[in-house]
Amino acid sequence: MITLLINGQSRQVDTADDTPLLWIIREQLQMTGTKFGCGAGLCGACTVHLDGVAVRSCQTSAKQAAGKRITTIEGLGGGKPHALQVAWEAEQVPQCGYCQSGQIMQAASLLAKNPDPTKQEIVDHMDGNLCRCMTYGRIQRAIVRAAADMRAKSGA
Amino acid sequence: MTHITRTPEKLPEKRIDLDRRNFLIGSTAAGLAFGYVAHGISEALAAPAKFAPTAWYSIAPDGKVTVMVGKAEMGQHVSSTMAQIVAEELEADWRTMNIELVGNDPKYNDPVLGALITGGSWSTRMNFDAMSRAGAAGRLTLIEAGAAMMGVPASECRASNGQVIHGKTGKKVSYAKIVADGKASKVWTPDELKALKLKTPDQYVLVGQSVPQLDIPPKTNGTAKYGIDAMAPGMLYGKPVVPPVRYGAKVTAVDDQAAKKVPGFVKAVTLDDKTGTTSGWVVAVANSYPAAKQAAEALKISYDKGPYANVSDQTLIDEAKRLQQSAESGQLFVKNGDAAGAIGGAAKVLEGEYFTSIDIHAPLEPMNATAYEKDGVWHVHTGNQFASRTGGIAAAALGVDPKTVVLHQYFLGGGFGRRLDADMVIPAVLAAKSIGKPVKLIYAREDDMAMDFTRPLTYQKVKAGLDANGNLVGFAHDVVSAWPTARWGIPEFLTPAVDKKGPLDSFTVNGADFWYTVPNHQVRAILNELAQKATPSGQLRSVAPGWTFWAVESMMDELAHAAGKDPVDFRLALLDGAGDNKVGAKKLANALRTAVGRSGYGAVSLPKNSGIGIACVSAQERATATWTACAAQVEVDPKTGEFQVKRLTLAMDLGTVVNPDGVKAQIEGSTLWGMSLALFEKAPLDKGALQVSNFNDYTPLRMSQMPDLDISIIANNDPPSGCGEPAVTVVAPAIANAIYNAVGARVRSLPITAEAVKAAMKT
Repeated sequence: MITLLINGQSRQVDTADDTPLLWIIREQLQMTGTKFGCGAGLCGACTVHLDGVAVRSCQTSAKQAAGKRITTIEGLGGGKPHALQVAWEAEQVPQCGYCQSGQIMQAASLLAKNPDPTKQEIVDHMDGNLCRCMTYGRIQRAIVRAAADMRAKSGA
Repeated sequence: MTHITRTPEKLPEKRIDLDRRNFLIGSTAAGLAFGYVAHGISEALAAPAKFAPTAWYSIAPDGKVTVMVGKAEMGQHVSSTMAQIVAEELEADWRTMNIELVGNDPKYNDPVLGALITGGSWSTRMNFDAMSRAGAAGRLTLIEAGAAMMGVPASECRASNGQVIHGKTGKKVSYAKIVADGKASKVWTPDELKALKLKTPDQYVLVGQSVPQLDIPPKTNGTAKYGIDAMAPGMLYGKPVVPPVRYGAKVTAVDDQAAKKVPGFVKAVTLDDKTGTTSGWVVAVANSYPAAKQAAEALKISYDKGPYANVSDQTLIDEAKRLQQSAESGQLFVKNGDAAGAIGGAAKVLEGEYFTSIDIHAPLEPMNATAYEKDGVWHVHTGNQFASRTGGIAAAALGVDPKTVVLHQYFLGGGFGRRLDADMVIPAVLAAKSIGKPVKLIYAREDDMAMDFTRPLTYQKVKAGLDANGNLVGFAHDVVSAWPTARWGIPEFLTPAVDKKGPLDSFTVNGADFWYTVPNHQVRAILNELAQKATPSGQLRSVAPGWTFWAVESMMDELAHAAGKDPVDFRLALLDGAGDNKVGAKKLANALRTAVGRSGYGAVSLPKNSGIGIACVSAQERATATWTACAAQVEVDPKTGEFQVKRLTLAMDLGTVVNPDGVKAQIEGSTLWGMSLALFEKAPLDKGALQVSNFNDYTPLRMSQMPDLDISIIANNDPPSGCGEPAVTVVAPAIANAIYNAVGARVRSLPITAEAVKAAMKT
């Protein structure tokens, strides 16, 4: 048994230490917003936060996640939609949508530390997240929009 | 979103003639149901539960409109588009619209295609009329019922935004109240339906508006459900162990000694696939996916690698060239005039060999299916583009009546043609059958790539002749490839050859029947049998036009340069709209002018070693053409041959545009797909196996590789055409033509490499 703190809740899971966090989240806890894409840290579809930092959950073991705050797409906004999720709808970003949880989680970790990223900073931060539908232009616009909304709200 | 469960009729279906059916509108327990029914209406009304009419949409007593979508939702927002078309004529409030995906129930067959299939950029074109008429019939029925409720003549009422309104008195009643009242009921005969007067474009309220796509909100918060998210009580997990060749292997022995030591391991199931879709597959089943993966790695499996273990790209190319050189090979798709004679008498003859590599779909959601049997019915949960066939394949693999297989449809985490195939259901149902428990089967990314039903390797030979004035007098085009659509074995999808040598797979030559006026034109489709067997191929986004236009639009540029003419002028002269090319050629010319004009072609000074190249296409098929043109701007490093695509300017004429932002999104994605296939994607074949494993060695375009995009949509109120694929086909030749204009290097193989550019510069 391992105790995981996920989206503010403490959950006991029966698992081996080396089980990838991805499969615990998706199949044991049945929070399926986090996606399996490559199993090798090459696509970013499985991105979640550990203590606010974006990680690939397919490359993170249960043991590594224990004791840390895990945040998934389901918990990102803390009960209300995150500015990025609002912007994602406003820019009509998703096509198939499969990569988008990971894209949003990856983007959230950027805006948490950089409230006004340049286009190049966005590209550098997001380049590990593959979108097979190639919605990259809209992803960039939605990040810029969300950043502006967040700055306006915080009065920055 | 709810997923429905229904038992399908026998498969495969014949095409259904809409005219022979009546349109039913009647009150049911769930609200109003609207749909086409195949039998007598009185019987339907008397016993709806027994009769089960096909319903395109329903309205609940709370006013919620639910459109049943028989199209796979894979990001093209087709579900939302269908709802938008219905809502337009229904005069529904967009905020009340909902969508429900349907599985393999033939009640929801495409009204034109007669099956549940999504592809070809066909959906909007082929469903616009039927969905419009369904919506209009609903509106008229609701107006009648609403007028009766208000005690006013129906002829004085109109409908708007989910309400019936009596203009004189200002009285209003909502659709919700009319449905709750329960009296709305009318049967429309086929003749009445046909006679329904649909709106003219100037009356559109919703069509032409970028209303928010209904499938997007759940895709921003993790609630959208894909096949891989299906859960069944007590289910186990399966991971395929795939053989070391793409096709033809047999399992000779399975040693599971080491796998048995993996905690949670249940069984290794060797597939006996009676459909022949897979060969030499084993499924490792365990109580979790990580355990199944670990067990799969621990299995020691011996194979007979079969007859194709030595096949490589070069083997396929050699065979293709051998076939092309024989006059006996293939069948004619186009024969106008005497191409050979005209080329023989031409002042100048050009020949070109064009190649495209094997490419794979690699949708981000790996292939998967969850299967179980309950009360004599097999349930298969998966996202699929061809539910009619896939349900039948599952049944054939199980050896059961197709009526007892129910497919449950989900959002598709990418389709691109990959999910037209049915392979993923086979290991799921056979493992579930073998163990007697539900199994969720998931391909690892490596399995998904190695076992893709690929875009086939293609070899094309074009020979063309110019007369003394530089006019194109003859064009002979041979296309040698595997025939992916013929592989399905469905005769309706084949086309009779013009030389009467039997049916051919037009989905390997579409596009080659171009809209240029060339007096002597011949297109030959040649099946590469070896490729067909060794590398079972599939429909990859844009299919044939993805390679035919590579050859046609490259050669058109070569001809223009050989004739000493500007490539734009050369094309526009050939797009004269003569004879069979009436209207269409002129639309294509306009799209070309638009892209050329917006790109600055010939009018702006470019940096050194830069060039703008152009191409224009009529993808997908001649009968379903979307008029598309591209101008690509590139910059080449002449020392290394490396090049950068700076800007892609696209123009597309697709008739009526239902949702402009949705169309733009499709053009954005498909344009980048075109560039990705042109530059970054290749699945080499060696020793009978695709030499790709994951996104480290198969590398679709990423954000940092995006060029500037400039997209123009031409909307002209003609019937709507498709927009998900055509742009894929036009980008590669535009880039190659730009490279030629930049540094004089002519490349004829996809993907285009720096080495090839460098080598072509020397010659």
